[in-house]
Amino acid sequence: MNIEHLYRQIIMDHYKYPKNKGLILDPSYMTVHLKNPSCGDDMTVQLKVVDDKIVDARHQGTGCSICCSSASVMTQTLKDQEVEHALSIIHEFYEMIKGLPYNPDILKGDAIVYQNVSQFPARIKCATLAWKAFEQGLNKIKEDNQNG
Amino acid sequence: MIDLKDIKKDFPIYQHEPNLIYLDSAASALKPKVVIDRVNQYYETSGVNVHRGTYQLAYEATEAYEKAREKVASFISAQPDEIIFTRGTTSALNMVAQFYRNKLKPDDEIITSELEHHSSLLPWMANAKATQAKLVYIPLTKEGRITVENFKSVLTPKTKVVAINYISNVMGYKSPVEDIIKIAHEKGITVILDAAQAVPHMKVDVKSLDVDFLAFSGHKMLGPSGIGVLYGKKQLLNDLEPVEYGGEMVDEVFKDHAEFSDAPIKFEAGTPIISGAIGLAQAVEYMEHIGYDTIHQHTMKLHDYTMNELKKINHLVIYNEGADISTLTFNIEGVHPHDVSSYLDQDNICIRAGHHCAQLVSRFLEVPSTLRVSFHIYNTIDDCKKLIESLKKASDFFQMF
Repeated sequence: MNIEHLYRQIIMDHYKYPKNKGLILDPSYMTVHLKNPSCGDDMTVQLKVVDDKIVDARHQGTGCSICCSSASVMTQTLKDQEVEHALSIIHEFYEMIKGLPYNPDILKGDAIVYQNVSQFPARIKCATLAWKAFEQGLNKIKEDNQNG
Repeated sequence: MIDLKDIKKDFPIYQHEPNLIYLDSAASALKPKVVIDRVNQYYETSGVNVHRGTYQLAYEATEAYEKAREKVASFISAQPDEIIFTRGTTSALNMVAQFYRNKLKPDDEIITSELEHHSSLLPWMANAKATQAKLVYIPLTKEGRITVENFKSVLTPKTKVVAINYISNVMGYKSPVEDIIKIAHEKGITVILDAAQAVPHMKVDVKSLDVDFLAFSGHKMLGPSGIGVLYGKKQLLNDLEPVEYGGEMVDEVFKDHAEFSDAPIKFEAGTPIISGAIGLAQAVEYMEHIGYDTIHQHTMKLHDYTMNELKKINHLVIYNEGADISTLTFNIEGVHPHDVSSYLDQDNICIRAGHHCAQLVSRFLEVPSTLRVSFHIYNTIDDCKKLIESLKKASDFFQMF
């Protein structure tokens, strides 16, 4: 696996032309901020859930191309999904990134280009930062709902 | 000067990884076979504890451990009882900060700088928070240097402690520590130096510096990881309370009090890092065999060649052209350092990308992070050529997007 190949797939669309980038000042959004202190990646994600469905997903941050592009891909992948299904997608994404078998019926679309990251273990943290932040947000919303 | 033509043969990693281009020695240096063998020898022929046993093996282990202390002491012109073995620079600097926690009062001032590694800064930040003392930063020059004038500008009657780096781990600048120590001592101020980047590259002489405390790590000077040194002036150490309590550091124990051993044993509670200390002494011997003149000339030759070539690469910005040791810090404009280092990793080139445990330096440079190349005795011009070639490819590749 050549790293240029990995970068070509990912950078083109999402690093230079990110989707759903920029935060929204709206208290109905859940905001989660995560950092990768060793390399300085800094990512904020926002999610808005209405009736158990993710109606909007945003991201804003600084970091390497893998981190930033992955945030863009993530918002595209999870928007319009139901909360539980989104959590399953995130789980499958982690499995794939670790080079483990994943369910292609659950994890689909641009996100699968990151499967090659498993061959660059030093970059797994970059590729998953935004996903971890989003997962935290979803779990918080779930918790809040359960607590009424 | 010794011939370095076959120097890579001294480092077994190159037999396992013949194509390795290792340019991250400021993080950790590679280990020569003599050091690895010495550590193994201790475990194979001894492995027993020091100071406690009354049998022959224990006596020999103690001898080896205390000889290591003597070796390290003479290496930096100290007395053996001024050498405390620690886990590394970090634990040494934390220990000094602990010593002074009870001695600081509200409004006392601690002088530090934005050039510090987190291990030189954060223990004092914690002290400031705990005691309501104030952290004061020496203003850096435009280039990012500490100067004597700027040091004087923050010196006040409230200054109690100066805790700064000897050589910056990101910029490779040498701080004017000789003058700073002199001026500080005229006012009765204690000076602590983080010498982690100095000891691998230059002769450090604590006596002529007259420094109060100085810390460094084994693993950055071709020694094992997990061992470091805190030098402290004898009279200071004798007056200080231990930071950790436990076995061996105590003379007499009663139900309501205990009397502690003299320094340095007082500060080495529990079983010490025996293999590390012995391995470190071997690293000292190896460094002495090579010689600092050779190390400096060799690494600066690589530095000068590399800097010259880096300047020819499109969009490459160097942040420390005037470095005093061979550390090079730079970025390719518009490309995140992590992307560059991953690209280089494909060509077996190891360089550092990030903020190098010194976030204030990145803030000073106004960049999220940087790339850092650092050399030691085993690097060659060929390593530099491969680095340049790969950086050129990386720059061209990422500029396409």
